[in-house]
Amino acid sequence: MTALDLYRDVTPKGTIDFLRCLAEKVRGRKILHVNSTRVGGGVAEILRSLVPLLNDIGVEARWEVITGTEDFFAVTKAFHNALQGEEQDLSPEMLETYREINRKNAQGPAWNADYVIIHDPQPAALILQKPEGGRWIWRCHIDISHPQRKVWNFLRQYVVQYDGAIFSLPRFAQRLPIPQFLIYPSIDPLSDKNRDLSPLEQEKILDRLRIPRDKPILLQVSRFDRFKDPLGVIQAYRLVKKHHDVRLILAGGGAADDPEGEKVLAEVRQAARNDPDILILLLPPDAHVEINALQRAATIVLQKSLREGFGLTVAEAMWKGKPVIGGFAGGITVQLVYGVTGFTVNSPEGAAFRIHHLLDNPDIMAKMGEDAREYVRRNFLITRHLGDYLALMRYWMN
Amino acid sequence: MVKKAAAHPFLFTGCWELRQMLGRSARDERQLLEAIEEVPLDSIYYHTHSFFLRHKYIAGPYPNDFATWAAIQVRDRVLGEKLGVLDPFEFLDLESLRGAIVTIIEEHLSHLQIIPRVIYEEPFHFMQSRITAVPTGLESRTLTEFREILASVDASVIYYHTFEAILRLGRRNGDFALWIEQQLELPELAEKIAHLDPYMTSLEAIRHRLIRLCDEFLEREAWK
Repeated sequence: MTALDLYRDVTPKGTIDFLRCLAEKVRGRKILHVNSTRVGGGVAEILRSLVPLLNDIGVEARWEVITGTEDFFAVTKAFHNALQGEEQDLSPEMLETYREINRKNAQGPAWNADYVIIHDPQPAALILQKPEGGRWIWRCHIDISHPQRKVWNFLRQYVVQYDGAIFSLPRFAQRLPIPQFLIYPSIDPLSDKNRDLSPLEQEKILDRLRIPRDKPILLQVSRFDRFKDPLGVIQAYRLVKKHHDVRLILAGGGAADDPEGEKVLAEVRQAARNDPDILILLLPPDAHVEINALQRAATIVLQKSLREGFGLTVAEAMWKGKPVIGGFAGGITVQLVYGVTGFTVNSPEGAAFRIHHLLDNPDIMAKMGEDAREYVRRNFLITRHLGDYLALMRYWMN
Repeated sequence: MVKKAAAHPFLFTGCWELRQMLGRSARDERQLLEAIEEVPLDSIYYHTHSFFLRHKYIAGPYPNDFATWAAIQVRDRVLGEKLGVLDPFEFLDLESLRGAIVTIIEEHLSHLQIIPRVIYEEPFHFMQSRITAVPTGLESRTLTEFREILASVDASVIYYHTFEAILRLGRRNGDFALWIEQQLELPELAEKIAHLDPYMTSLEAIRHRLIRLCDEFLEREAWK
């Protein structure tokens, strides 16, 4: 049995055989993915699953990571924020640091392949050293619907030299002279974060995390970040608490090296003070199986973001058959079909209303969870992502 | 009597849709109209049909993106309803469908003093479908084989032989009905299949109905 065959039981009827047919024409072709980190973050998580599957299906896939200095990553962090619409001041020296590190990386591994997929802004300038032959595609994972123009114009000079670009939502598309494709990110149903857990395994993890199971659990898994609106979640919980005896778990991490995150965490702790039914869990970045257990233990999962790139935690919870209430932001709106696979809301009051509504209607909650899982099965699994890349490769063969 | 084997087998072909963004959007109904007049037909196709490949559910009140946008994002329910009842299978080709959509919007706007537009909601983003046909290597020569394979193939096979065949390849009754009529010489069953309305349902529901029609037919034949 190959790696891809393991997905037979979790994908829609006929999918795996069909993916093999789709791969027929691109078998033996070389594809290279390039990003800036091998651990942590959604891109690395996707590539860790996707690259072996590409190889399994007959494509020669590689994954390379660029290296950079602290200064370089400070610049690309500023890029990231500016492209998401935050005002940033980038000096000529900072832009030169970006160019210089990309030039140095271009001397590194062989960047040649039939298809080179460059992920996000960090390695985008590698295009200047593009060798002869091969299609180069820029894959943008961030929300650039309202970028700071100066920074986007700087990056755009590189992007237009690519053969194509990929974005995660239609609204992220830009005016570009190259073809732009829509490819949603995906979750791996067999990874530690999403695989089935035995009841015993789940119990053990919840015991280790000291999670009581005597009340319905409302859960939000996210960084302690204002855009994830943890304070709004607490407000919604308090409104619900008047009628339902529930427990709220806010699970997140990565705040230690982020001054803004620490501040938000302090505010959350202050807001949760004196309420034993609000649990704040700080989890390490590799707490995949713990997040899995928490999502499975939840009655309702919240992702009440005010701004969001794609928000794959929504698909993760949906895959576990949970009803999700999410903020009307980013990719949450394409994952939650209103009233069918979940609810999108625009305020803490809206979230409270929907939590209340679902707790009062367990039948609706069960049906919604079931539909949510089916929706993810069809649209947000890594196998669909694999098919999109195969189709993209075929697009340039035609 | 069921013909034993067809001279030409049915070749099951599936498809994969690559979604291309045109980088063009509309914030009001006039801009929507202008863009609909100008975008490639693959974009009209994307916004009126190909969602069947992606959704089990109609992710909005109407089964085409133009109607849903007008009703939900612009909050112009009248235009939403007028566009929502369009049945693409009533048109000979996508150009005629485009013409009908344009006429409905023009007619609607001619009665208004102010062009309805989105205020806080989402603009309309134009996309287009890049459909890749993928032969599955599976083929059937009898109705029984046809039914068995149909039950297990990827749902895109159903899509390709109904939507793609009818709307882009010009085979008005769809590939299934055509093969059953011409190769198995079963006009009655072919007619029933040709009359299935795929537009208001899902690919799995179409699969289910096709299998049921085959089963009913095979059962009747067994009793003869």
